[in-house]
Amino acid sequence: MVKNNSKANLLMMKKLLVFTLIMFAFGYALVPFYEKFCEVTGINNLLQPDVLAEENRVDTERWITVEFDANTRGLPWKFKPLQTSVRIHPGEPVSVTYEVVNTSDREINGQAIPSYSPRFLDKHLKKFECFCFTKQVLKPNETRQMPVQFVIEPELPADIHTVTISYTFFELPGNTSAVKK
Amino acid sequence: MAAVHGDAHGHGHDDHHPSGIMRWVTTTNHKDIGTMYLWFSFAMFLVGGTLAMGIRAELYQPGIQILEPELFNQFTTLHGLIMVFGAIMPAFVGFANWQVPMMIGAPDMAFARMNNWSFWLLPVAATLLVGSFFVPGGAAAGGWTFYPPLSTQGGLGVDLMIFAVHILGASSIMGSINIITTILNMRAPGMTLMKMPMFVWTWLITAYLLVLVMPVLAGTVTMLLTDRHFGTSFFNAAGGGDPVMFQHIFWFFGHPEVYIMILPSFGIVSEVIPTFSRKPLFGYSSMVYATASIAILSCFVWAHHMFTAGMPTVGQLFFMYATMLIAVPTGVKVFNWTATMWRGSMTFETPMLFSIGFIFLFVIGGFSGVICAIVPIDIQVQDTYYVIAHFHYVLVSGSLFALFAGAYYWIPKWTGRMYNETLGKWHFWLSMFFFNLTFFVQHFLGLAGMPRRIPDYALQFADFNMISSIGAFGFGTTQLLFLYIMISCIRSGEKAPQKPWDGATTLEWTHLPTPAPYHSFEKPPIVN
Repeated sequence: MVKNNSKANLLMMKKLLVFTLIMFAFGYALVPFYEKFCEVTGINNLLQPDVLAEENRVDTERWITVEFDANTRGLPWKFKPLQTSVRIHPGEPVSVTYEVVNTSDREINGQAIPSYSPRFLDKHLKKFECFCFTKQVLKPNETRQMPVQFVIEPELPADIHTVTISYTFFELPGNTSAVKK
Repeated sequence: MAAVHGDAHGHGHDDHHPSGIMRWVTTTNHKDIGTMYLWFSFAMFLVGGTLAMGIRAELYQPGIQILEPELFNQFTTLHGLIMVFGAIMPAFVGFANWQVPMMIGAPDMAFARMNNWSFWLLPVAATLLVGSFFVPGGAAAGGWTFYPPLSTQGGLGVDLMIFAVHILGASSIMGSINIITTILNMRAPGMTLMKMPMFVWTWLITAYLLVLVMPVLAGTVTMLLTDRHFGTSFFNAAGGGDPVMFQHIFWFFGHPEVYIMILPSFGIVSEVIPTFSRKPLFGYSSMVYATASIAILSCFVWAHHMFTAGMPTVGQLFFMYATMLIAVPTGVKVFNWTATMWRGSMTFETPMLFSIGFIFLFVIGGFSGVICAIVPIDIQVQDTYYVIAHFHYVLVSGSLFALFAGAYYWIPKWTGRMYNETLGKWHFWLSMFFFNLTFFVQHFLGLAGMPRRIPDYALQFADFNMISSIGAFGFGTTQLLFLYIMISCIRSGEKAPQKPWDGATTLEWTHLPTPAPYHSFEKPPIVN
């Protein structure tokens, strides 16, 4: 009886160990699942261009101030928007230019990550051109001017008069081919 | 608890275990290991409690008096980690080690050597956690939930914490594999699943939850580790990762974790209440199903910890309703406990007092939980003392009170001696008073907007903070009384009869002498 029991116990342990390993792998599987989920539902597509709606209504009654901000973190680049703010009507296509200078004497890969204020601006901001969609590779002392084109939809809540679009450049490891996504 | 073994020798069992320290290092006996788990968790409880005393001393008055902000953050972080992983969880495993084999009529745990190993991993992890205070940069300071980017930026202390969590996770997984196997394969003849005591049922379900989510936590901290040192970017926005994803994966572990800490206490209370009401547990099978429903639901509510992290309204609504749904099976349980007491011939010994205290205060914690589940209110109280008050009502007056109840209830069986009933009652009433003094006012602080994890606060919070600190000092001191009661019980308590509680019906009381012999149920009992 004791012998039988220990055999059954070992079998049980093996099953549970396999289950444990599966759950460990599941933890990692949550990563691509999360990215896919965000991509499909459009919750978190900071790095993908939006498609412009067919008919674009411009609300000429309303004015919105769009402020632009630029930061770098941990890489020797100078990064700034060529105009700090624009006044626009919601629904009107806007194009602005950012300038980035690599002040070092080595080639650097950078990736810009956007940030919006107020936070729910991303629901009403449609970007169809942005330097943040791909990584930027700057040769030593290279200067580059990069466009951002977007529309702020008229559905933006009426009590919002000023919004801010901010980018931060981070350094990517040198030989990484492309940023994920 | 040396008395147990002294008597066991007296009974002439052939134990070939070494004596002295090596006996404890090499033991594979479930009772020895259970004892070590309980002492270990009590030691960790005192360490975590000391950190809490530091936190409350700093918050006694506005301004910075005792702890610099950096150190204060380390205190709050390690207080949480040590209490969750070092005190509450191992204490329940200690109860499982002692009680599960005795309650199902098994001679020992299924894998006795693995049992030894899963215990001895714990002191290693505890050393890493406590030792991290003394490394350059100090201990981890980003909160017990170690959200990136703080946890990817911290110093050596964070690495030590990550390793400690790995080790604790491995220990818990081994412990739960052991418990599941013991319960499923080693029950005495006639002990069908639906005849098992509730404590065994709740531990079976808890152990399944542990093997379900502990590996996910291990994966999460591994991702943190590779983000920190091996250039991956799971949670690093600059590399295309996402810090919010950490919160999703962490809370996929973290929410079942809170039920891991409360389900076994439901089990203990479900043993104690029928005993002292001298009635069988009301609605036994609904109790089993309620426990299982809580466990299953707990895997689908994690994002209620993240309502302010950015989520579509549909998601917020889903997690809000799913969370509120948990109140239903929990309500079934509270109803059953109350109905068990209804018209019972009740007596109020210390275990019963702690169990009734548990029901009363856990329900308050449950209600504030439902309040926190409501999205617009949660957005208001997120990261305030309201949340602190909520989870201390379910963890301290929930899990910890149930642990006290269980300790008083089973200590006669473990040691063969009775504790001092008068002092036990003092312990309960002082704990009850000081606990509420500490945490009830924190609801008001939270509603008024006092944020958690900050060493200083605005002047309007001063009075309630002083009350809360006084309560905390009292509560901390009261627990030394518990230590005294237990030691004096082990050393010189009155001899206990086989069944000191006349309402007790489970196997350890009906079939085993007191104290329980070193080897019990080598020949399985027959259960009708």
